[in-house]
Amino acid sequence: MTGPASAIGVPIRRQLGNGAVVLVKRTTTTPAVTINASFRAGAVCDPPGKEGLAHFVSRTIDRGTSARTVDQLSDELDGRGVTLSVTINRHALSLVSTCLAEDFDAILRLLLEVSTSPTFPDEEVDTRRREIVTLIRQDDDTPGTVALERVMRLLYGEAHPYGRPPRGTVDSVHRLRRSDLADFVAARVVPSTLVLAIVGDVDPDRALALASSLLDSLPGGAAMPLLDPSIPRPAGRRDEFIAMPGKVQADIAVGFVAVARADPAYESYWLMNTILGQYALGGRLGARIRERQGMAYYVSSAFEAADVPGPLLIRAGVDPGNVGSVLTAVDEELRTFIAEGPSDRELREATQYMVGSLPRRLETNAGIASFLQTVEFFGLGLDYDRRMAGLLASVTRDAVQAAAARLDPDQATVVVAGPPEARP
Amino acid sequence: MAVSDPPVGAHAQVHETVLGNGLRVLVQANHTAPLASVWCWYRVGSGDESSGTTGVSHWVEHMNFKGSAGIPRDRVKGIIEQHGGHWNGYTWVDQTAYTETATTDALDHMLFIEAERMGRCLYHPDDCESERTVIISELQGGENDPEQLLDQEVAATALQAHPYRHPTIGWLSDLQAMSRDDLLGHYRRFYVPNNATLVVVGDVEPADVVRRAVRHFDAIPPGDGRRVRRTAEPPQRGGRRVDVLRAGTTAYLKLAFHAPAFPDVDFFPFLVLDAVLTGAKGLSLWASFRTPPPQRSTRLYRGLVDSGLASSVMGLLLPTADPYLYTLSATVTEGVPVSSVEERLLHLLADVRDRGVTRDEFARAKRQLAARFVFESDSVTNIGHQIGFFDSVGDWRAYPALRTSVEAVSFDDVLAVAAARLRPDACTVGVFQPVADDPAPPPASPPVP
Repeated sequence: MTGPASAIGVPIRRQLGNGAVVLVKRTTTTPAVTINASFRAGAVCDPPGKEGLAHFVSRTIDRGTSARTVDQLSDELDGRGVTLSVTINRHALSLVSTCLAEDFDAILRLLLEVSTSPTFPDEEVDTRRREIVTLIRQDDDTPGTVALERVMRLLYGEAHPYGRPPRGTVDSVHRLRRSDLADFVAARVVPSTLVLAIVGDVDPDRALALASSLLDSLPGGAAMPLLDPSIPRPAGRRDEFIAMPGKVQADIAVGFVAVARADPAYESYWLMNTILGQYALGGRLGARIRERQGMAYYVSSAFEAADVPGPLLIRAGVDPGNVGSVLTAVDEELRTFIAEGPSDRELREATQYMVGSLPRRLETNAGIASFLQTVEFFGLGLDYDRRMAGLLASVTRDAVQAAAARLDPDQATVVVAGPPEARP
Repeated sequence: MAVSDPPVGAHAQVHETVLGNGLRVLVQANHTAPLASVWCWYRVGSGDESSGTTGVSHWVEHMNFKGSAGIPRDRVKGIIEQHGGHWNGYTWVDQTAYTETATTDALDHMLFIEAERMGRCLYHPDDCESERTVIISELQGGENDPEQLLDQEVAATALQAHPYRHPTIGWLSDLQAMSRDDLLGHYRRFYVPNNATLVVVGDVEPADVVRRAVRHFDAIPPGDGRRVRRTAEPPQRGGRRVDVLRAGTTAYLKLAFHAPAFPDVDFFPFLVLDAVLTGAKGLSLWASFRTPPPQRSTRLYRGLVDSGLASSVMGLLLPTADPYLYTLSATVTEGVPVSSVEERLLHLLADVRDRGVTRDEFARAKRQLAARFVFESDSVTNIGHQIGFFDSVGDWRAYPALRTSVEAVSFDDVLAVAAARLRPDACTVGVFQPVADDPAPPPASPPVP
């Protein structure tokens, strides 16, 4: 599928012979360009026993290429004032850079060189390993992260990639070798898993031609194995407490397994989550726990769906003395929502919010690039920005209520991490 | 220069109007998206607070989302979101700011909200109480974070007289003791049109925005709005240090030096020096610090992170009305004694102080800053923030002039600033040292250095 080149409308899309997809969209707000190269090479690709491998790759892939040393790379980037961010999530390894338009050719070349020919010098691997261990130790000291990782483990189990910490453990990171990094890149960071989005003040045809010429000669790579989409349902409610002496506030995480992105009920869940824990500073949860009861600075819910049923997570930071009251309030709000569903006004406003916020999401080059990546990752189609309003508008109150039924407090997985006196 | 065109946010014209009640209205037309961003700024922040009412500006900011005569309290947070808009507010040392960004057809809603906020907030006693515990929860969340805790201790040690030493959120005992009258008094004194600036950037026509602003704001009478005199920080007469021993897993090091006010003659040379040391961050409190700076070729990255001593290093210089702090923060690598990092960092700084920087480093830092100024002007929200922020620390005209201000910095200026301002006898060293268990329970009252 190739869309027409247009200054304001649909981006150009081309799939190369080796599987790489290139998307280019011209904007002229600033004399700058955002390049976003995302590979399906996230933490779910970590082989068992090698937890943290994808993350380790993200911290080392830009530390030397077959053509440039690490110092040459940083001199090249820093000399132009350009940041190359390498980020990792459960599903994707992304290299993102924003550069001045005049630097576009050089930075695109450099970014693809970093993706395709990293050398992982031993000294760099050792230094970054110590950095990663430090990051994991910082996570160990952060109650919100401790609660989140534990709730994911309980929801998905040790055997599922979602149940494992994306950065790995101190032990698993110590076990990873340079050859693991190189093998991972050879198998996963390849054109067949790549979506390259280019957004900014560039001529689309020229950008496409350059990207194609840089990528065309590379071999594609194997297809991604699929994750097991069947997640066992919990047998009942689970409550855990993790004591963290020295902390003054407790972090709460309440989790459920919801649906996958491709599920026909996805939009219903999305609206349900917005009403429950997003709209107007934390939705129903925020209105009660923050606004009326004053028990938390932050309380919200988040719903993340991908290839497998994603988690819906309610999170709050509360005074140790209020943990019990907040958990009761969460349960009561869930039961009310399940019993009554949303009001007409809630559904209308949440829909207006989600549709109306699209122009803001698409204002900056980085925002457009990120949106294009999502559209491509889930195969939503390049007209998704125009279809989205209709998809949301067709969701009924009953459908939202049916989605809320998944959040039965008797099936909740609850983790509290905080000072010992916060034990509920 | 690497930049052929000035940033859009800088070269587009800003239209300035002052209404009869003293409200300054700054408008910039920017037709790249069907959006408008409204920012309303008050020249008051935690630097205007005194003992007994620290944190009042931030608490008042929270109260101003709790309903007004014309907006029921349960509608405040949805009033813009139902138009797909985004809203927020923040308080810092010199300013309190409120913002909405939405499609342009919601402009009147946004102006209405800000006019209500300026003159007609409710301050219901029950809301004051429930917000007290929300803010204490916000403070406790910050104390869970060793870096924030160290920040607070270092600021209160490096500054001994100027009110910038108070954390913006306030000290716990003040948050426990302040009354509704304290909040309302602060609100009535500072939330007046002659102490405010309204900024509108987006798909708008300036004359039309001014007409609408008159309709929404003109009836609000001017008021006091005068700041109290701030105690000037006397020169520091010797090195200081603070060692925080708390339960934790990771050690942190933070150095603070006295920074110039904005736009003191030293400010831009110091900004270039910071870019040499830790990478150019630009100058937007709102936008710049969300993406990491280019930094791996910098002095301190190579000296601390590439050497394996620290897992990260960051420098921070921000525009403030009075002299504040320049801070250098490092996360100590697992297994490395914090004293090794401290020793190495002080050595690296002594080298810069005594021998300066290279011309290559100087040129690269200026190029990086020019690029960052472009990147941080990429949305109507970010441009609106910058116009209003610079207005709140002096003059909005400093924003379109950022690039030329950096260009005007000479090599010798940077050397002089390094020699004069990175002195060990004017430095505060802060260390967060994790221990197995807290030596004492968390203090019931705020620690006073």
